[in-house]
Amino acid sequence: MPAGATTGLASVKRRAALLFLAPMLALLALAAGWPLLRTVWFSFTDARLSGGGYAFVGLENFYNESWGGLLADPGWWNAVYNTLWFTGVSVGLETALGLIIALALNVEFPGRGIVRAAVLIPWAIPTIVSAKMWGWMLHDQFGMVNDLLMSLGLIDAPWAWTADPDLALWSVVMIDVWKTTPFMALLILAALQMLPRDIFEAARLDGVHPLRVFWRITLPLIWPALLVALIFRALDALRMFDLVYALTGNSEDTMMMSVYARQQLVEFQDVGYGSAAATLLFLIIAVLVACVLTLGRVKLAEPGR
Amino acid sequence: MSWSPLQRVGFAALLAVIVLIAVFPFYYAIVSSFQAGSELFEVSYLAAPDLSNYAAVFTEQPFGRNILNSVVVAFVVVAVSLGLGVTAAFALARVHFRGRGLLLVTILSVSMFPQVAVLSGMFELIRSLGLYNSLAGLILANMLLTLPFTVWVLTTFMRELPKELEDAAYMDGATPLQVIRYVFLPLLGPAMAATGLLAFIVAWNEFLFALTFTLSNEMRTVPVAIALITGASTYELPWGNIMAASVIVTVPLIALVLVFQRRIVAGLTAGAVKG
Repeated sequence: MPAGATTGLASVKRRAALLFLAPMLALLALAAGWPLLRTVWFSFTDARLSGGGYAFVGLENFYNESWGGLLADPGWWNAVYNTLWFTGVSVGLETALGLIIALALNVEFPGRGIVRAAVLIPWAIPTIVSAKMWGWMLHDQFGMVNDLLMSLGLIDAPWAWTADPDLALWSVVMIDVWKTTPFMALLILAALQMLPRDIFEAARLDGVHPLRVFWRITLPLIWPALLVALIFRALDALRMFDLVYALTGNSEDTMMMSVYARQQLVEFQDVGYGSAAATLLFLIIAVLVACVLTLGRVKLAEPGR
Repeated sequence: MSWSPLQRVGFAALLAVIVLIAVFPFYYAIVSSFQAGSELFEVSYLAAPDLSNYAAVFTEQPFGRNILNSVVVAFVVVAVSLGLGVTAAFALARVHFRGRGLLLVTILSVSMFPQVAVLSGMFELIRSLGLYNSLAGLILANMLLTLPFTVWVLTTFMRELPKELEDAAYMDGATPLQVIRYVFLPLLGPAMAATGLLAFIVAWNEFLFALTFTLSNEMRTVPVAIALITGASTYELPWGNIMAASVIVTVPLIALVLVFQRRIVAGLTAGAVKG
């Protein structure tokens, strides 16, 4: 092929690429870019949901001398604390349990397909449905969990799983772990199945203890995949909304950052203040994403890749 | 593997516990959905199929309409995401141009947006377009969730196809659009199915936008309708109806996921592990 034809084709392809990208980028700008910019702008105003005029108030929604603002609002810090606690505990448990399930599913045994299908079921159930199902099972008067625990003699009076301040957040964690562990397990299982079999065969022939094999061979090899899955889950947990909203509504005990921002915005009609909370949550997640992407790029830039 | 009998029993017990915990809550929801009236307030693990709760869901509220709303929103969102996604993925995976890496990173970051961060801006946009309390508004808002993800997953799939295929087509004088249509689309069938299914699940389950941007019972999608089911008295929720509605919308989803489980796992790993 003459050189001219190649460059001609390359420029045809480039032009087509721009044409193909344009509608997608336009829609993304409309559905993501513009609303995000407007939210950030609203966070510097005193806009109300009911409409009417609004004014630029600078950083007053974040901090001011007269009524404090977001950074002086104990309600906001409670939401931040709950969200971070929830993220740490639930993602930690999901990783540990996901590892156990993935290791079990990686063993060849009769009926493995059925077990894997069963594990997928919690993931397939819509979050709102999970919240309602568990809300019913954890019902303080008629729930089967209290009934079961009482007939087993483990508790002597019914527990208020979703209303007791000491239990509510644990209930949210438990439901989230139940629902999302399958996702972790499947991602880890996919990583496990890509490992070369001969290493494990060699370790077995050398009589290395299985636990040692796990710590020294399996875990380091699946670590990159595990880390990516963990980061995705953590980002998801930080923006938690539906499960908490459907289970406990706007209760203080389980207040998350997303729930707090929406409550200010929709229920209290305070667009400026709610947008400020939403902007702070966005900043927290953006910083995390930036860290992750930088780390990812450093790894990609390593020699040999 | 050479395991002692004790280890085998332990392993079988572990598997039994995993399956029981995974499956039991939905089983219990089905049992509860068959119990009407005061039966519901006695815990039992077996029930004869009594469909009165199912009938009540459809007569006491516009649940049929809610299902239709969810189906319309999810199908349109999937169709638009796949249509725009496959051409965009072709551009990002098969064509070299400046700024491609940056564009990919931007798209990946958008898929990690917290939904609430666009809530007030989206509210204003939807109201100014006259789309408040309409399915069109929900479709627009859902694009934020499905489009970046679709583009990203399809790009990772498309990158792996051999270059010789398209070279031959270009040699025969095909245009880029023809290359997508006749070379890539037939090969991308499984990837499109997996991505479309995941996008469908996302749109079907979406809650925050549907809760905020609709007002009337008739415009609600299924998750909002279930979350907001109220009974005759404000003090006691009609749990039987809620469980019946939950079972109705979950059974097709579980069936889909089980039938396509291999493809879904492939889509999830392409979206996450290689990310």
